[in-house]
Amino acid sequence: MSVEITSPRFKDNAKRALADGPLQAALSKVGPGFIGKRTAAADKLPEFDALRDSARDIKDHTLAHLDLYLERFEEKVKAAGGHVHFAVDAADARDIVTKICRDLGARTVTKGKSMISEEIGLNDHLSAAGIEPVETDLGEYLIQIRGEAPSHIIAPAIHLNKEQVEEDFRRVHTHLAPERNLSEPTALLAEARGELRQKFLVADVGITGANFLVAETGTSIIVTNEGNGDLTQTLPKAHIVLASLEKLVPTLEDVSQLLRVLARSATGQEMSVYTTFSTGPRRPGDPDGPGEYHVVILDNGRSGMLGGPLKEMLRCIRCGACMNHCPVYHAVGGHAYGWVYPGPMGSVLTPALIGIEKGANLPNASTFCGRCEEVCPVRIPLPKLMRHWREKEFERHLTPAPQRYGLAVWGFFARRGWLYRPATGLAMTLLSVLGRKKGRFAALPLAGGWTGHRDFPAPEGGTFQAQWRAQRAARNTRHANRDAKKDARP
Amino acid sequence: MPFSSPRNADLSPPRVGLFCTCLVDMIRPSVGFAAAKLLEEAGCDVDVPAQTCCGQPAFNSGDRATARALAEQVIAAFENFDYVVAPSGSCAGMIKAHYPELFTGEPDWTGRVDRFCAKVHELVSFLVDVRGVTRVDAAYDGTVTYHDSCSGLRELGVKDQPRALLASVEGLTLSEMVDADTCCGFGGTFCVKYPDVSNAIVEKKAANIVASGADTLLAGDLGCLMNMAGKLQRQGRPVVARHVAEVLAGMGDAPALGEPASEKAP
Ligand code: SF4
Repeated sequence: MSVEITSPRFKDNAKRALADGPLQAALSKVGPGFIGKRTAAADKLPEFDALRDSARDIKDHTLAHLDLYLERFEEKVKAAGGHVHFAVDAADARDIVTKICRDLGARTVTKGKSMISEEIGLNDHLSAAGIEPVETDLGEYLIQIRGEAPSHIIAPAIHLNKEQVEEDFRRVHTHLAPERNLSEPTALLAEARGELRQKFLVADVGITGANFLVAETGTSIIVTNEGNGDLTQTLPKAHIVLASLEKLVPTLEDVSQLLRVLARSATGQEMSVYTTFSTGPRRPGDPDGPGEYHVVILDNGRSGMLGGPLKEMLRCIRCGACMNHCPVYHAVGGHAYGWVYPGPMGSVLTPALIGIEKGANLPNASTFCGRCEEVCPVRIPLPKLMRHWREKEFERHLTPAPQRYGLAVWGFFARRGWLYRPATGLAMTLLSVLGRKKGRFAALPLAGGWTGHRDFPAPEGGTFQAQWRAQRAARNTRHANRDAKKDARP
Repeated sequence: MPFSSPRNADLSPPRVGLFCTCLVDMIRPSVGFAAAKLLEEAGCDVDVPAQTCCGQPAFNSGDRATARALAEQVIAAFENFDYVVAPSGSCAGMIKAHYPELFTGEPDWTGRVDRFCAKVHELVSFLVDVRGVTRVDAAYDGTVTYHDSCSGLRELGVKDQPRALLASVEGLTLSEMVDADTCCGFGGTFCVKYPDVSNAIVEKKAANIVASGADTLLAGDLGCLMNMAGKLQRQGRPVVARHVAEVLAGMGDAPALGEPASEKAP
């Protein structure tokens, strides 16, 4: 994949996505698929909400003492015979990985699913260094042969349909019989498995991500449904784990709590099919395992978020629930967001990693419906954090001029009620008279964003406040007259 | 009596400040009158102090200073009431859930703001949860579907209350739409900043509304209603839209949102 950033063109990306028939068909399944499963899984577990609280607390505690846990993790990995590398940024991480591969004379690298690999643009870099990266997660494999980026953090190829996959397989797997039947999903799966099997056997290095890094034991944990991760990390000479620093968790006990909310929030499973713990390289007497075990811990701007207004974002366990429940994601899909992380979590994280100048669209492209926060297993207040970015943007005068100007004019009036009330009264009377016949407007000057797609109702006429006061005044006069009459009686 | 409230026996009626909201003030004053009527029927003494906006557009656009200035204005205008009630989950949610954030780190304000926010409610949940209203004296001849507006639902827990009161409206049938609690795509300024995305979202909503078979769409927020009604009207659908307060107050015979007055004339 490439890490070209198209977030500044979000509007164009979205327009294209909305006009893309196959994409829309694929997206229409995201909500119904994920939402029902997550709800059912959450409903079945009475302590689910309590677990979310403790998941939040575990992450908060870890982040508050991150230096301590990083140190302990490093010690434990070393004690188990492994290596820990700290990477300041993407380039640093790429260089570390490439050097490990070169030192081993690696030609082929198998890869389990890793968003950090996407974040640092590892595949392009490895290819350029003459090392062939092979994605072994089915979804990642599909997008790799298409030269695309993932469109979802746990279901990278969710934007594709079966027909597109068949077409790609016929295009790429030219050594197979052209007349083979690929109409069933199982046939596609079998073909991918067959292709990947050979790669597992020849790979020199296996690279995986990590869902968690456990400080007390120096263990990295991956959670998968395909088992590809296990083959990726046990068969080759070396296993490289790519993880960002917020993946740290103090103890195995903590991990077991987080695992209980992770799969339920992600796919509605109680547990994923495989949960694999790796601690160090193969020990004498072990039946299998890699000869070398490396953990590359990436910062890439995250340590700057610690203790700041965005710190809660570092609790994220990458379950994908926020995008699965997001109306904007459902409408445009992941690629429209223009970089590695889509949906609500991307709208908060992306500007932190690539800068608000490039990422400004993302925190703005939200209706603030709040459903992401409602389902996030670690209770990240995503809308609040998106609003933080809007504030930064506003402070730095990055807000588009017409919007800024409109807001200023409105704010001027709204702060001066004595001006606001007559002005709105006048405007509404005018609109009401103009729209009386039809009851609504199909077009209005300066309101094209609205009337391009929907009608605008004609106001009833006169503001509520003016009418209320007039009615109250009339009532008071009536009462006064009545009282006066009463008093006048002899 | 159209309601039964244990607290009705209280000595003096509670004084309620009606925060009418900008949209009701400008576009559809009848919602304000419906709200006042419901509040009075629930034994409240209603007044409408001079007001402008709760500040949400500024807050959500990142203009905290303006939002804070408007919040101060709202607090000053309303803090002497026993309760502050708005016919909108969005505006009530802005005040109740977000005003405290606007004054963080200002010890002179925090206590005052917290006390104020505790008095703020969305209309229908106030009637049911605070005033103990269990039924209304209203009739509506039609099948309605109810959209759960996001802020009311997620910030204030408004979900069962409107349905409970609608169940007591004579002649009214409630037909739930699929995904009633999914956003309609309005999102305040979102709908004009990202019109294409907003349109895609409201198109799905409109399809669900139509599929419910209802002839009337109800919701507790005028912004969402304008968005959905505008889409339904643009598509030429025979579904009209009203604020839930109008129907609960027995004022459901006025022209619906965006419909001409003449249509209803004999
Ligand atoms: S922000 Fe929350 S819901 Fe979204 S991916 Fe992260 S943990 Fe999951």
